[in-house]
Amino acid sequence: MLEKALEGSKSYWRLLVTLLVLAGIGFGCYLLQLNQGLRITGMSRDVSWGFYIAQFTFLVGVAASAVMVVLPYYLHHVKVFGKITILGEFLAVASVTMCLLFIVVDLGKPMRLLNVLLYPTPNSVLFWDMVVLNGYLFLNIVIGWTVLGAERKGVAAPAWVKPLIYLSIPWAVSIHTVTAFLYAGLPGRHFWLTAILAPRFLASAFAAGPSLLILLAYFVRKRSKFDPGDEAFEKLSQVVAYAMCVNVFFVLLELFTSFYSGIPSHMEGFIYQFSGLEGHGKLMPFMWLSAILSVIAVLMLLSKKKRSQEKTLKIACVLVFIALWLEKGLGLVITGFIPNPFNTVTEYWPTFPELGITIGVYATGFLVLTVLYKVAIAVKEENL
Amino acid sequence: MMDGSRRSFLKIGGLSVLGLSGVRVWNVFAATQEAGHEAAAEAAGALQWAMVVDMKKCWDYQEKQPCTDCMTACHGIHNVPEIADPKREIKWLWTDLYQHAFPTEGHEYPPAEARGKPFLLLCNHCSNPPCVRVCPTQATFKRPEDGVVMMDFHRCIGCRYCMAGCPYGSRSFNWQDPRPFIKELNMQFPTRTKGVVEKCNFCAERLAKNLYPACVEVCKAKALTFGNLGDPTSPVRELLKQHYTIRRKNELGTGPNVYYIV
Repeated sequence: MLEKALEGSKSYWRLLVTLLVLAGIGFGCYLLQLNQGLRITGMSRDVSWGFYIAQFTFLVGVAASAVMVVLPYYLHHVKVFGKITILGEFLAVASVTMCLLFIVVDLGKPMRLLNVLLYPTPNSVLFWDMVVLNGYLFLNIVIGWTVLGAERKGVAAPAWVKPLIYLSIPWAVSIHTVTAFLYAGLPGRHFWLTAILAPRFLASAFAAGPSLLILLAYFVRKRSKFDPGDEAFEKLSQVVAYAMCVNVFFVLLELFTSFYSGIPSHMEGFIYQFSGLEGHGKLMPFMWLSAILSVIAVLMLLSKKKRSQEKTLKIACVLVFIALWLEKGLGLVITGFIPNPFNTVTEYWPTFPELGITIGVYATGFLVLTVLYKVAIAVKEENL
Repeated sequence: MMDGSRRSFLKIGGLSVLGLSGVRVWNVFAATQEAGHEAAAEAAGALQWAMVVDMKKCWDYQEKQPCTDCMTACHGIHNVPEIADPKREIKWLWTDLYQHAFPTEGHEYPPAEARGKPFLLLCNHCSNPPCVRVCPTQATFKRPEDGVVMMDFHRCIGCRYCMAGCPYGSRSFNWQDPRPFIKELNMQFPTRTKGVVEKCNFCAERLAKNLYPACVEVCKAKALTFGNLGDPTSPVRELLKQHYTIRRKNELGTGPNVYYIV
């Protein structure tokens, strides 16, 4: 089936080459990092995780898009999702690939990565995160490829794949939960130390993932003969609307507990994000932008009439994606380190090589996505 | 008398020489320290090394003359690089203000005595260490035999999860190759490479030779007391009985084993 990715239009090849070049630039920056150490990044003694781990956290959420089409289709027989489950699964594959790459580029000793397998440590959440992420990657590759292969031959998917599909549903929930547990169980990091972090992760994931999926599906509809169908968009937009409302609600719950209790350590993270702490407020404009975009997006999505218009829905999806990227892919991880254990503030800002590596990983992920989508769409077009 | 000669040895040799002539220093220490330690270790079933820090003694001494002996000795024998950039620096033993060391304890009107005074900070070798709990490779671990929280520099993958886990800022990451920043190399202790985490090891290499940690050893003010927390007759337990002591961020349940007399 992979041979289908070897023939395409000029713009397809142009896209691939562009992504390859970006990945190459990222790889160049990574060689610099391997040589010089992580000092080429903006991370520090106090903010010891930065952009890489933040992108990882955000992309675990994007991988959610799969379950939001797989679950309704297989458990509730929502037939309109039948055509796009493959798009969700392949988006999950690309997202998890990026997640794993972001972990690798964040390591000080990447060549020792396999120590995690050599000395399995069940008390470490990072160990379990490795297990669930690799498991999710495996499940989605196997399921997506097998179901698509069967579709190509015009036969029903083999029976053995069904249990894997059902397994992939709770598994998708597990990747967000375990990733939240990375943060939510650390004493002394009060911004993360909240039981609602895992539900928040799930809510933001189920909003950001499907909104990207909607945008990708529109792109596919425009550029190919494959049409996921209006109803699929309508249903997905419902998912985004509900998830985004729940996400905003969860954030408000956090704000209530922090500010009504008035406990400084619980408030400081939010104060840093929205009004600055001890004269430091680099994230302020971004966090306000995130909040404003979230509100606008919710208002746009709440009206069924508005979200059923393609243009409005596209804009709303872009807003949701940017708002949640700012919240999770920028604010959440960095703010957890502010203030530091000495109650002082050291700020973080990514450097150019760090951004280069980040763009390189994204380019690699989108390269995987492009190739997988090309195969999927070619099969779908054949069967039209 | 032995005590006096050891002090003068250090004085003559200069603390910076500690690194290069480590073997000889250890030999001198070995001759003087063995007896006390072994007795303490044998007296109790559960061995947990602990430290009591009496900052008053340190400040009183410093009124006469400024002193950084403990930090110089520690960083010297452990090949801790001297990196000026506060974002990248490596710290095993260092000082910070009261309100930074005990951010949840302080208020606006501290006694004049404590105001602006440095507190000595190091790894707390917690009884319930979050860094050990989160490490995905057991590169950091709590030694069952004596409770020291150790680092295996060769196993660490540099994920820095332990740094997120430690609520005391006691862990440092090698953002770059540390070797160019080591003034004088102590061949008796390993150096680190870029990409691994490090921290105070309670001088495990000296404990193995029945020696006190270097900081305790060199402190002229006798502000640092080291001993077995599990032994009711140990010097640390004596001090804990006699004084009101506090620990950093007690409320987090990590069970720090460094106590401060206030």
